[in-house]
Amino acid sequence: MGRKKAVLSVNGKIRDLHSLPGHYGWFTALTSFLPGLFIVLVWIIFGSNLVDNFTLAALGDEIRSLSNFDRALYMNDIHNLAIGDAISRPLTNSLNNATNFYLRTQNNLLWIFTLSAIGVSSLLAIFSFRKISPELRSRNLVERLIIIMLVISSSIAILITIGIVSSLIVETLRFLEHVSLSEFLLGLKWSPQTALRADQVGSSGSFGAIPLFTGTLLITFIALLVAVPVGLFSAIYMTEFASPNARIFFKPLLELLAGIPTVVYGFFAALVVAPVIRNSGEVIGLEIASESALAAGLVMGIMIIPLISSLSDDVISSVPQSLRDASYGLGATKTETIVNVILPSALPGIVSAFLLAASRAIGETMIVVMAAGMAANLTANPLEAVTTVTVQILALLTGDQEFDSAKTLSAFALGLALFTITLFLNFIALKLVRKYQEQYD
Amino acid sequence: MTDLKQNTASLKSQARLKKRYRKERLFKAIGLSGLLSGLLALTIMMISILSTGLSGFSETRIKFDIYMDPEIIGSTDGYDETEYRDHIAQINHSTLIRNSLKIKFSDVKGRRDVFNLQKLVSSGSREEVRRLLIEDKNLIGKTIAMDLLASSNVDMYVKGQISRDVNQSERKISDRQLAWLDILESEGRILKGFNWKFFSTGDSREPELAGILGAAMGSFLTLLVTLLIAFPIGVASALYLEEFAPHNKWTDLIEININNLAAVPSIIFGLLGLAIFLNVFNMPRSAPLVGGLTLALMTLPTIIISSRAAIRAVPPSIRDAAIGMGASNLQAQFHHVLPLSMPGIMTGTIIGMAQALGETAPLLMIGMVAFIVDVPQGVLDAATALPVQIFLWADSPERGFMEKTSAAIIVLLVFLIMMNGLAIWVRHKFEKRW
Repeated sequence: MGRKKAVLSVNGKIRDLHSLPGHYGWFTALTSFLPGLFIVLVWIIFGSNLVDNFTLAALGDEIRSLSNFDRALYMNDIHNLAIGDAISRPLTNSLNNATNFYLRTQNNLLWIFTLSAIGVSSLLAIFSFRKISPELRSRNLVERLIIIMLVISSSIAILITIGIVSSLIVETLRFLEHVSLSEFLLGLKWSPQTALRADQVGSSGSFGAIPLFTGTLLITFIALLVAVPVGLFSAIYMTEFASPNARIFFKPLLELLAGIPTVVYGFFAALVVAPVIRNSGEVIGLEIASESALAAGLVMGIMIIPLISSLSDDVISSVPQSLRDASYGLGATKTETIVNVILPSALPGIVSAFLLAASRAIGETMIVVMAAGMAANLTANPLEAVTTVTVQILALLTGDQEFDSAKTLSAFALGLALFTITLFLNFIALKLVRKYQEQYD
Repeated sequence: MTDLKQNTASLKSQARLKKRYRKERLFKAIGLSGLLSGLLALTIMMISILSTGLSGFSETRIKFDIYMDPEIIGSTDGYDETEYRDHIAQINHSTLIRNSLKIKFSDVKGRRDVFNLQKLVSSGSREEVRRLLIEDKNLIGKTIAMDLLASSNVDMYVKGQISRDVNQSERKISDRQLAWLDILESEGRILKGFNWKFFSTGDSREPELAGILGAAMGSFLTLLVTLLIAFPIGVASALYLEEFAPHNKWTDLIEININNLAAVPSIIFGLLGLAIFLNVFNMPRSAPLVGGLTLALMTLPTIIISSRAAIRAVPPSIRDAAIGMGASNLQAQFHHVLPLSMPGIMTGTIIGMAQALGETAPLLMIGMVAFIVDVPQGVLDAATALPVQIFLWADSPERGFMEKTSAAIIVLLVFLIMMNGLAIWVRHKFEKRW
């Protein structure tokens, strides 16, 4: 749209410029291109909403007086008709007219935006083109512009967080209109089926999230039970006992585990580990659910081994050598040095590794989706099927959904809970690490 | 007297020393076993995936003589090229195959048996017959030996996944079908070959026809969007934070934010994508564009953190030299610091992309789970991604999909290993030690 760039870098052929010729080219390019780009972005982001609103405004009163939900349905039909898809109601004249109007508006607006983008760009191009003179400090201007762009991109991280928090909070507040906070946080029953009709039996929907939290905790606990000893001992072995060559060989191998996508772990848990556990349970006469928490927890444990081992590895190897030497000098064996000197001084870092691993396990989705159960179950027995927060978020939001029901909104409430918990754990972990670093630096 | 005392003391200490050394060995053994059990889990996982997945790359075909019956095909006189093609597309290829199969096993009577007989070959074989006829219209009326694609159940039997020792009711292939297969086998009509289709088609309901090209293409488009968005923004913010930012509350806030974002569960990013991109901006569901945007937000912290480390590693003398030569601060950064830190930035970016390639949960949230047969052509087409395809196949009850799942996992892992290998190569090749 605003590709006037190429023409402009030609103008800087004078010798006594304030800045390099290229800067003048960039100056014109940036000043003309950026506003055009901005307009295009506005169209991409708000265009469809704008067209919808225009169409709605042009529609008769009887449509506008419909409930929110019905109006959305009607608009949906217009969209589908416009791209030639199937629609949910008989094709009436008014619908046809509305669709034609919709297409026309869309076309018109597209033209307006395109023209204004090109217009603004070329106007600014001419303006900046004329401004170019040997005295123009184009370098300073260009550099200031670039700095501003850098600032904007670095602020995007904040925008993301704001986006996450605000979208979660807004939807959660809407959820809390349907269900009280105390029911959500303290209720013992989770069955998010809301009634489609008022007189429907047995699907009043209850949103007590306690079973989900206990299920998540149970699986996380099993995972930590597997990963903490294995990860910690591997880290100790690799930093303190293994020869440098062995370390070079083992460390990447163990970290390979971290690079494997979680679907693969999920597949492994569902197709290999779960049947093995169930069959071995049968042999010793135990009844084990095929989607037991044990299988999911075990595999999740394998997944977080590299996290724990590499983090502990870092902390252990950053314990000053002088502490080790002092301990050896007093006649301690390696084991005694590790147990009595190194581990205590590395403890904060190791604990923070555990916390990070726990937060990772709590937020993990694919393994539990594929290997853990769907039904909420308030139990501490690892042989039964439990469900987790992440499984429920996914189950509530995949497939057909209407956006306003308590059922879909509850997923956002769960998401907010998940976000808060993991944020809290990460925060403590970072604090611990920072405190520890200060000690030795 | 003193001698004796010393002696007992040293005896005691010797015993204690022995105990201490024993403990030392034990501890070392525990450490090693921790390490080995981690590696054991890795090995078991790899072996179980390889053992189920490798057979997914081969397919079974059955050689049949297909009689291109002019009566069924009908008259094609006077048709030009396109008319001929349209005509061939409409004829009953199924009957063609069925009749030819009946010629081979002339003792088969009754609808049920004929139906079961035809079940030996895949429904995709109709397509093969059609393609052959379209290519050469002179084949009409002739009998051609074709290697028809076997159905998934036959494929499973030939690969030994279905045992013939179990009762007929518990197996997907009947005794009658087994007898036919035995005859075909003894005549050498059952062939195995490399499954090229797996790499050249989209998803299908039939395991023997399903391929990963659609999903791979979806992944590629998604990653392209991710890279185009996350890389410039990531490098720009790293450069700003490392080189230009003043130390104030705002930059502190940004830093805390980035660190926290790096640890936010991926499903939360999926929620964000759903709430913002789909519901507020009305972007199309299931599109690689939205998937790429969501994954870009997720990989951004990884790229920023590694880029900052790379920029920090460039010694200040480079900057001082550039500025001393009259370059502006920005010129020093863009002409010297950024190119020098590029290997490190690339490494971080590739690793971030590898993470994004393996990510599933956020893509599920924004609707990239649909059953999509077509290979996506652009970033606005509905698509799935490789890991999502794995998830979908893993959920399918058909036996044939299990080996396809493992095969797709192998492909995904090969891609990941290649990306990580590339990252390591870039680091070794271009990294400078100062």
